[in-house]
Amino acid sequence: MRNTTIKRLFGMKKTIYVVLVLGFVTAVAAPLNSSNKIIQPAKEFIAANENNSNPIVDKEKIQADRIREKESAEAFKEAYKVLMHPRCMNCHPSGDAPLQGDDSHIHTQNVTRGKDGKGMYAMKCSNCHQKENTAGLNMPPGNPNWHLPPANMKMVFQGKTPAQLAAQFKDRKLTGKTLQEMLHHVEEDKLVLGGWDPGEGRTKPPLSHAEFAAKFREWIEKGAVIPK
Amino acid sequence: MINLKVNGKSYNVDVDPSTPILWVLRDALELTGTKFGCGMAQCGACTVHLNGDAVRSCITPVARAAGQEIKTIEALSEDAIGKRLQKAWIEEDVPQCGYCQSGQLMAAAVLLKEKPNPTDNDIDLGMSGNICRCGTYQRVRKAIHRAAAMK
Repeated sequence: MRNTTIKRLFGMKKTIYVVLVLGFVTAVAAPLNSSNKIIQPAKEFIAANENNSNPIVDKEKIQADRIREKESAEAFKEAYKVLMHPRCMNCHPSGDAPLQGDDSHIHTQNVTRGKDGKGMYAMKCSNCHQKENTAGLNMPPGNPNWHLPPANMKMVFQGKTPAQLAAQFKDRKLTGKTLQEMLHHVEEDKLVLGGWDPGEGRTKPPLSHAEFAAKFREWIEKGAVIPK
Repeated sequence: MINLKVNGKSYNVDVDPSTPILWVLRDALELTGTKFGCGMAQCGACTVHLNGDAVRSCITPVARAAGQEIKTIEALSEDAIGKRLQKAWIEEDVPQCGYCQSGQLMAAAVLLKEKPNPTDNDIDLGMSGNICRCGTYQRVRKAIHRAAAMK
């Protein structure tokens, strides 16, 4: 739409426009070209340039988009370090039993998620996990809503590469959540926050919760790019 | 003062709210059928019902049970499932030393309530949090099947 407008203007006020464009190319585009050799102009871009339409805006946009995409992917890779830490991954196992400890072994008693993620029969999470951490080494950590993802939305982290995990997050059929809702889970969910108050003897994730949430937000806001 | 309903009776107990339910039951109310095993929710010996769920009383603060329904082994045979379990346990002669058995029975009752005809897999899923040092697991399994078949 912008291009069309520009073309129309171009037809009407050719001379002024040519002068403006030339001035702009000399002042802005030339230094950009020489200082950013890595970024090659796309074929369509070169074609557009030959047709005398304004190439500069597009080029800057392409460059900015590429930087944004790169930053999005990088942000995910940072968040991934937290997502794959035992405090997060232990509740996102590939099987139906949660994991325990910094070595992510299968939870003792072979507890399983059940339909709603809150355990089964005489082995429901809250039978042992209280609303708060129980004091002492190797005592059950606590949270008012202790649970795994439910059986129909398992949200497996275990064994996933950054690309696989990012792709899973973007697939609403697998998550049941929009990216914004997932961001809310990451930023606000008390159970997620519990990873940073894990109870005695348990390590914390490598980033603070604020840093982690900021990386996750950055990933989404810059386009939720799937990292390579 | 914390008000507790235990086996249908109401009690006011003057204890620290962080006291595990187990010690209120055993020491304050003298209901000693519930056993202390590991003290860290690892063995299941202390299992009681809190609003019908098989909570581990050794680490569950009594504050969580305020105004709620607790049921212990002493009252298990007051309902139909409990009666059938008691009968099946006797017929299969399940206990050896017996220390874990009240926990086993309380867990089995929740299993049968939620799964009236459990498969072996259901029994594994429901009962593997209750450890038996004598290894009565096969008899526990048989007795649960027997109780389920009684109806």
